[in-house]
Amino acid sequence: MSSKSKVKTQSFMIEGASCASCVSKIEKALASVEGVTGVEMNFAQRTVTIDGDVNSHSLIHSVTDIGYNATPMNSGSEQDALAEKAQADEAHYNNLMRNMVIALGLGIPLMLYGLFIGDMSVNTSNQRIGWAIVGLVTLSVMIGTGKHFYIGAWQSFKHHSANMDTLIALGTGTAWAYSMLVILVPNLLPEMARHVYFEASAMIIGLINLGLAFEVKARGRTSEAIKRLIGLQPNTARVVRNGEEEDVDIAQVQLNDIVRVRPGEKIPVDGELTDGQSTVDESMLTGEPMPISKTVGDKVVAGSINKTGSMLFSATHVGKDTTLSHIINMVKKAQNSKPSIGRLADVISGYFVPIVMILAVITGLAWLNFGPQPAIAYAITAMTTVLIIACPCALGLATPMSVMVGIGKAAEAGVLIRNGEALQSASKITTMLLDKTGTITQGQPEVTDISTFEQRQESCVMALVASLESQSEHPLAQAIVGYAKQRDYPLNAVTKFDAITGKGVTGYLNGEHLLFGNEALMHQFGIDVSVAVEQAGTLANDAKTPMYFAVDQKLSALIAVSDPIKSDSLAAIKRLQNKGIHLVMLTGDNEATAKAVAKRVGIDDYIAQVMPQDKVEEVIKRQKHGEVVGMTGDGINDAPALAQADVGFAIGTGTDVAIESADVTLMRGSLHGLADALAISQATITNIKQNLVGAFMYNVAGIPIAAGVLFPFFGILLNPVVAGAAMALSSLTVVSNANRLRFFKVNKSA
Amino acid sequence: MLFINLLGALLIAAIVWWFWLYTPKRAQSTSNQIKILVNNGVYQPSNITVSAGTKITLDFDRQDPAPCAETVIFPQLDLSLALKMGQSNRIELPALSEGQYDFHCQMQMYKGKLIAE
Repeated sequence: MSSKSKVKTQSFMIEGASCASCVSKIEKALASVEGVTGVEMNFAQRTVTIDGDVNSHSLIHSVTDIGYNATPMNSGSEQDALAEKAQADEAHYNNLMRNMVIALGLGIPLMLYGLFIGDMSVNTSNQRIGWAIVGLVTLSVMIGTGKHFYIGAWQSFKHHSANMDTLIALGTGTAWAYSMLVILVPNLLPEMARHVYFEASAMIIGLINLGLAFEVKARGRTSEAIKRLIGLQPNTARVVRNGEEEDVDIAQVQLNDIVRVRPGEKIPVDGELTDGQSTVDESMLTGEPMPISKTVGDKVVAGSINKTGSMLFSATHVGKDTTLSHIINMVKKAQNSKPSIGRLADVISGYFVPIVMILAVITGLAWLNFGPQPAIAYAITAMTTVLIIACPCALGLATPMSVMVGIGKAAEAGVLIRNGEALQSASKITTMLLDKTGTITQGQPEVTDISTFEQRQESCVMALVASLESQSEHPLAQAIVGYAKQRDYPLNAVTKFDAITGKGVTGYLNGEHLLFGNEALMHQFGIDVSVAVEQAGTLANDAKTPMYFAVDQKLSALIAVSDPIKSDSLAAIKRLQNKGIHLVMLTGDNEATAKAVAKRVGIDDYIAQVMPQDKVEEVIKRQKHGEVVGMTGDGINDAPALAQADVGFAIGTGTDVAIESADVTLMRGSLHGLADALAISQATITNIKQNLVGAFMYNVAGIPIAAGVLFPFFGILLNPVVAGAAMALSSLTVVSNANRLRFFKVNKSA
Repeated sequence: MLFINLLGALLIAAIVWWFWLYTPKRAQSTSNQIKILVNNGVYQPSNITVSAGTKITLDFDRQDPAPCAETVIFPQLDLSLALKMGQSNRIELPALSEGQYDFHCQMQMYKGKLIAE
C-alpha cells in the first residue's frame, strides 16, 4: 500500500455520451459511488476524471448501469500500475490462504479420523446419517473454498475447452459424488465398496489452493527485474522554468526543458549536459560498474544516478521515448516470447486435459474389468487420482517462467535480448565473429609514429596529410585530423579529392599531388617505398597500422596509427574461449596488423582486409559448415552481417543504438557483456530444460502410477490426496526452479 | 459389464467430439473494437470473426485474479499484454491479413482465436 496521502485520480473514456445532458447524468452516477470525492467530465473529449480511493470496477459499473461505456485511460505511471498489481496479488494470495485453511481444517481431521480412529465405511443407518451430515459440510466447504474451480470448469466446458479447473472439479466431484451415492443407496454397491472419500475432496481443494497461493508469491518474484528497471525512474524532476527551479511530475517534463540534478539523485529523463560536471553511475542500465564522468555536451540517460556534482541538462527524450522506457518495453515484450524449445510443451498442453480425461475413463474401465474386489472402489480411487495428479500447469509454465527470469536477469547485466528465440540460439553458438574496431579495440585510433623521408618538417607533413584526410570518412582519418587539430596545424582545402576503396586517398594541394594510403596504393601509382618497408613491417607487428604519404610521386612519410585494445578485452576473450567457442576476428586492417592484434588478445583465427560485404560472406560460409554463428559488431557498418548471423550482438553505448533491431544489444562497450549474454542464455536454456524434463517426467510417470500400473506388482495405489499434493507442488516446483535463475551470477573468471 | 464398457467408450467418444471435433460458434464482430471478458478461466467471446485488412482494438476486461489470466499472448503477431486486474486493458492490433490468429495465456489454459475474413 502506498503511504502517500495523495488522492488517487482515475480517468476514463466515456462512450455513448451524445448529448451535453448526459454529462450531469454520468457525473451524478459516478459521484454516488462510495469513496468518490470529485468528478469532472470533459464532454468535448468524452473523458471523465475521478478523485477518490475507489475501485475502478465499481466506477465502470456505475456508468454502464445507466447505459454508457467507460474504459480506463492509461494515465497512471508504471510504478502505480506495479503497486496496484502487488495489491491485487496480495488480496488474491490472502483469499487463497483463507480457502486453504478452511478446506484443510475439514480435510485433515477427517483424514486423521479415517487413519487412526475409525474407518470411513457406511454400514449402519447411524453411520449413514453421520456421514450424510459430513458430506453436506464437505460440499459447502468445497463450494465455499473451491468455487472458482467449479465455475472455471463449467465455463471452459461450455466453451469446449478444458483446463486445470476441469481436472480439479472432475476429480473432487467424482470423489464426493461416489461417497454420496454410497450413503444414499448403499445397496447398489458391494459391502466392501461402501466407503466415503470426503476427506479427499476437502484435502485436494485445500492443497491446490495452497499451491496456487505459493505460486502467486513466486510469480511476483519472476518480474523483479522489470520492477527494478521501472523503479529506476524517479517520480519527479526539478525543472528550471522562468529562471526558477520547481519539482514537477515526471510526465510533465517537456522536450528541451532544462533539468537540474543534484548529487545522489536519479536522472529523470534523457538529456544533454548544458552546465556543470559530474560522474554518473549507469550500472543499472549498462552493467558497467565504473561511474562515468560527464561534462557539458555529454549525454545522460534516465535512470542513471548522479554521483558527485550538480548539473543542468536539456531534455532530449521524455516520457515513453527515453532509453529506459525503450528498455522496459523491450524486456517486457521479450519476457513473453517463447524459444522453440518450449513449442512441444505448448502443443501438448493444448491437448492435455481431454487426454487425461480419456485416460481416467480407461483407468476406470480397466479396474472394473480386471481389478480385484471391490472393483468399483478401486476404480473410483484410481480415476480420481489420475484426474488430480495430471497438471497441465507444470508443462505450460516450464518455458515462460524461465524466459521471464532469464531475460530480466540479462537486462540487469546490461544485455538486452530481443526474444526467446535469440536466447535459445545464443546458447548454441559455436563460432563467434568479432569485429576488431570498436569491439576488441576502443575504436578511437591515435597517431603513434611519424617518420619523414624528405627535408619537410613533421608539422608540415602532418598538416598536408590532415588536409587531405579531412575529406575522408574513414576512422583512421579522424585520428590524423585529430592529431593536427590538437597541435593547431593549418588545414587547407584539397582539390580533386578521391578515395580509392581499400587503399587510401589522393588529392591536390598547392599544385602538389598528394597520396596517402597503404602499400597497394603506392604500388598503384608506381612509388618506391623500399626505404620504409622494413619499418612498416615492424610497426605492423606491433599491432599498429602503417600508412605511406607521398608528395609528387616521392615517398614523404610513414605514419602509424594504432587503435588501443580495450583494457578488459583479453579477459573477456578468455571467458569466451573457456566456453569452447571458436573466435574469429574480422578487420579491414592489413595482414600484419591484424595478426599482431589477434596475437595480443589471444585469438588464433583472424581475417584481415575484410570489406563490409565480406563479413556477410564469412558468416554464410561458416553457417554452411554447420556452425551456429554469432556476430558481434558496433551495429552500424556491420548491420548486414549482424542480420545474417544466427545471433547478432550489437555493441552499443545503449543510448543511441537501435535497441529494437539487434537480436542482442550489449549496453556496455565491454566484451564481458558478450560473455555474460552467452552465460545467461545457457543458464536459462538449461533451466528451461530442467523444467520441461521435470514437468514431462512428473506427468509421464505420475499418470500411470495414479492409474495403478504398480498395483499388480507391488500393490501400490496412490491416494488421491497425495495426487492433490503433487499437483499443488508441480507448478510450484517449476516456478521456484525458474526463480533460482535470479541468483545466477556471471562468473567473470570462467 | 458390457454395458459399462460401452458407456465408457461412449464417454471417450463424447470427450473427443466435445473438445476437439466440435466447431464452436463464432462471435461476429461488427465493429473494430471488441470487448473480451477474462473471467472464470475463459475469454468471452473466445472465437471471434473480424474483418481482414482493418485495424482492430481489443479491450480485455480482466475480472479473474488467477495468475494465469495475467498475460495474453498473440504468438503469430508477436504481441503480448499484461492485463491489469479489475479493469479494461486495451491492445491495438495491426490490420490482419486473412487467417486465424490465436491468443492465449502463458500456459494456454485460456484460449481464443480471431478469424480474419
